[in-house]
Amino acid sequence: MHWMNYIAPLLEGAWVTVQLTIISTIGGAFFSFLFGIGRLSPNRTARYLSVGFIEVFRGTSLLVQLFWLYFALPLIGEAIGINLRLPPVAAGALALSLNIGAYGAEVVRGALQAVPREQFEVAKSLDFTPRQTLWRISLPQAIPEMMPSFGNLAVQNLKDTALVSLISLGDLAFKAEQIRNFTQDSTTIYSILLLMYFGMALVLTAIMKLLERSVGRWRAGRA
Amino acid sequence: MLFGIEWNTSNDWLFAASILPILLRGLLVTIQATVVGFLVAAVLGLVLAALKAARSPLIAWPARALTEFLRDTPLLVQLFFLYYVLPEYGILLPAFLTGALALGVQYSAYMSEVYRAGLESVARGQTEAARALDLSPLRTFGVIILPQAVPRIIPALGNYLVSIMKDVPVLSVVSVLEMLKVAQIIGDRSFYYVIPLSMVGALYLVLTLIASAGVRYLDTRLPKRGLPLK
Repeated sequence: MHWMNYIAPLLEGAWVTVQLTIISTIGGAFFSFLFGIGRLSPNRTARYLSVGFIEVFRGTSLLVQLFWLYFALPLIGEAIGINLRLPPVAAGALALSLNIGAYGAEVVRGALQAVPREQFEVAKSLDFTPRQTLWRISLPQAIPEMMPSFGNLAVQNLKDTALVSLISLGDLAFKAEQIRNFTQDSTTIYSILLLMYFGMALVLTAIMKLLERSVGRWRAGRA
Repeated sequence: MLFGIEWNTSNDWLFAASILPILLRGLLVTIQATVVGFLVAAVLGLVLAALKAARSPLIAWPARALTEFLRDTPLLVQLFFLYYVLPEYGILLPAFLTGALALGVQYSAYMSEVYRAGLESVARGQTEAARALDLSPLRTFGVIILPQAVPRIIPALGNYLVSIMKDVPVLSVVSVLEMLKVAQIIGDRSFYYVIPLSMVGALYLVLTLIASAGVRYLDTRLPKRGLPLK
């Protein structure tokens, strides 16, 4: 089989990888802010929940989390009488979002803590509510500082999507494995596969750089 | 039964207790893979860092591109590549070594950046002063630059050690019997997935908490201004 014949099925898998990366990066950003802000909350319950979440998802392996959500969760659901059987794509997207979200939460926390103290004092003296302070003072200054780390995490997330092929989701790595089983042409397939992931990572890096530049305008004194 | 150890399915607690020794066997393999992978990464990373620091762009540029490539491609695919392609060129390695090599290759890219950043963080004036005092380039590197860079490099390397440990379960795909693979086999044979998988998660949490505490301790103990000479 000529290597050109591999391209069509691989592109089909690549499309799944792209979709999964987009969904889980957005999901990851959501969890990052939720738990990053939660960790700094004055509410003790919110703080402990966030710390627990971050420690669990950063402290264990992504593949363990993925298998747990896919294999163990349905059995727990059975035991308590709820259907928790997730389709592979949902289990994959959820595990990836939670995992990258836990790393992102630490980025969010760090950037929020780096906002100068005087900013909060001024906000208080101008009678801003805590919510207004968060939305109008802290976040707009902190987000530009988060962007370089978010860029790295997004690429990390793209690479991690390859693991969902292990719960039989038909992503790029899965398609490549199928073709290899069929043709035994390992060198060609895995070389193409590596290059395709590399290409996607370069595009993703470029997109994150553009985003970084666009939110850079929010920095103080550049409005 | 696995590794000659039977499990007890009469109740959940006894089951958990009976599979713990089996999981610990897997844990031992996980730690071995982590250590071997780390050593490979530390050495390869140093080589990459040295190549990237080369004056000739003909050497530095490909090394930089290689670093980028290794960092931007998934460990799983690199592992498959090594596992299936090396034998075609007559290099037959056991699965464990292939896996450790894949971990080492992936993390060498990250570590080369750690070395580079550590060396560049030493103030330029130090090199200039050493040159003014007529120290040879080799002595400048060995007794001036390196002792100051090491305390900045070690904690970052420690963090990657923890990351490598969390990536070891990927090796289960080439049937390395690390902890997750062992838990999976127990699940397949006993039809109880929840307990072994949850135990693996808990063991990982304990391991990473210990390792992170170790890295933090090391960070406080390392002399901030450089290793003392004599």
